Amino acid sequence: MELKLLGAAGGRLGSLSGLGRSGAAALALPGCLLYTRAGAAPHLTHDTLSLVRGVPGVAQLPLPALAEIHDVLEEYKEGAAKFIGMPDAVLYCSLHDPVSPCPSGYNTNKAVSLWGSSGRMEMTASKFMDIQRAIQPDWFQCISDGDTVSAEAGRKRAKKSVDRSLSFLDVCLQLQEKSPELQGSVMFGAIEGGDILEERLRSARETAKRPVGGFLLDGFQGCAMAKETKLKLIASVTAELPEDKPRIIHGVGKPDEVLECIERGVDIFESFFPFQVTERGCALVFSYSCHPDPEAAVVLTQNGAQDLEKNGAEDQDEISKADPEMTPFEICLKDKKYQEDFGPLLEGCTCYCCQRHTRAYVHHLLVTNELLAGVLLMMHNFQHYFSFFSAIRDALRDNKMDQLKKLVFRQALDGPADVKLSP
Amino acid sequence: RSVRWLDRCVAAHGRPEQQLLFAIIQGGLDPALRQRCIQAMTQRDVPGFAIGGLSGGEDKAQFWRTVKFSAERLPRDKPRYLMGVGYATDLVVCVALGCDMFDCVFPTRTARFGSALVPWGSLQLKNQQFAKDFRPIDENCDCPTCQRHTRAYLHALLRSETAALHLLTLHNVAYQMKLMGSMRESILQQRFPEFVRDFMDTMYGGRGGPPSWAREALASVGITLD
Repeated sequence: MELKLLGAAGGRLGSLSGLGRSGAAALALPGCLLYTRAGAAPHLTHDTLSLVRGVPGVAQLPLPALAEIHDVLEEYKEGAAKFIGMPDAVLYCSLHDPVSPCPSGYNTNKAVSLWGSSGRMEMTASKFMDIQRAIQPDWFQCISDGDTVSAEAGRKRAKKSVDRSLSFLDVCLQLQEKSPELQGSVMFGAIEGGDILEERLRSARETAKRPVGGFLLDGFQGCAMAKETKLKLIASVTAELPEDKPRIIHGVGKPDEVLECIERGVDIFESFFPFQVTERGCALVFSYSCHPDPEAAVVLTQNGAQDLEKNGAEDQDEISKADPEMTPFEICLKDKKYQEDFGPLLEGCTCYCCQRHTRAYVHHLLVTNELLAGVLLMMHNFQHYFSFFSAIRDALRDNKMDQLKKLVFRQALDGPADVKLSP
Repeated sequence: RSVRWLDRCVAAHGRPEQQLLFAIIQGGLDPALRQRCIQAMTQRDVPGFAIGGLSGGEDKAQFWRTVKFSAERLPRDKPRYLMGVGYATDLVVCVALGCDMFDCVFPTRTARFGSALVPWGSLQLKNQQFAKDFRPIDENCDCPTCQRHTRAYLHALLRSETAALHLLTLHNVAYQMKLMGSMRESILQQRFPEFVRDFMDTMYGGRGGPPSWAREALASVGITLD
């Protein structure tokens, strides 16, 4: 695995090459992973996934779903990639599923609790490595104690998370040496430490001393940590890490937060966010185009005025029915106002759904509880999200990060800009 | 009532060039009523006939007799669309009885419940017995699901992911298409009776043979199963 940086300002523009069994796969940076559940992109088969443009070369397989079928994988012997029907994919096995909540208080010095569809699974370092041997991932997060996210975590708990994670790391590195099945797998060290700067720095420095292939920034999930603190810690942590190894962050998905992390030295993100948007019947419509053509400016005013009008009229109803998790970057297709809206989810979007279907149709599918709603929304949301990352890389290349940030941060406050996407 | 509605629809039909309006033969399981209905409806100028009212789980012995009765009295040069049928065996028998077109929710609905259709019946993939079965649903199936996935994987995916439902739907639809395709091929090659015998053998071979209603129905059109 080789990380090459192109030296752009404002983010680590570059690429990770030499990935996978063949050594031929690559991941453009900054980039994201393909979020999967039990090894499948949510709602999508191999064929429907192949209709989505810009699918990243590395897929995230959260460990809990695989741990639940450990015995099956052991008997199968040929590894998770083949088992899930993606023999040529590069797989990253993260410790937790970013979407499932992780109740607090279930980790000990010797074991970490994972949460799957059949409940809690207690995992020691040795059991963890047993399962990884059956999975044979390309990359995997070393078992770590990230239980510092709840608001009650204090300095002592933060210190424990660092101590335990380092101890797990050392044990696992040793076990990896003795495992022939894992010789080609890259271990990622988890940086813990809660919201205590001292502990974060200690974790980063100590983890960096070990022969890990990359790092992942853990414990930044959720909203317990104050934004200022979060950003400051991320910047401080990445400053301690070697330039030539990738940095993944878990639990960050919203476009504005992604940009903030990229500025602070993060390379790789997950793509659970478009999945969450899909699950609440919403479609991503935020703009990331820094090159609006003069025609679009007119479209902007017209569309913007129309949608604002719609918003104004039904504000009362919307507020009471809107999903509290909804972000300003999306529209909720369940809303009655889309019943006769025969435009695409997002004007100018080239995804499968926007090229063939209307908001009215997706609204209808949601109202009648059809599975197709999830399929179409997932295709749109994934493509839009992957395209966003492509736009980030373009902006870094063309030195237009400031414009992109301004555009996205404005939408974080005001809602979608409704600008027609330029090709 | 159905004849009255047919006349009203034919009169109101504004796009006969683009849309084909089929008459639906009704009459329950009563030959006399069916006869009356067919007599009346065949006098109207429609491009095809549907045989309706027969997919409600009625007694199979009466079911096949009514299908045959209707098919025999409908014009040979117009399509016969048997509505709401169905299971693989029903399709084979009703083709033998003279039906051309069918529709049914069964393959896709059963897929959404975790059941995969195969020439010898169906696999309830949620069942524990498939947890470590590393074969595809059907080794002879060339659908995308069978080309890429194992029963074990589908079993695991079925616990929580809608993608599993889509994969099974794909397979079941492919199964239906293949079944109808093999029937057409065997008819063209003048060996339809042989096809029927093979089909029944595969489906009911180890289990005491096909149901008696199917035997009788096939015998009534000259197809004997040994």
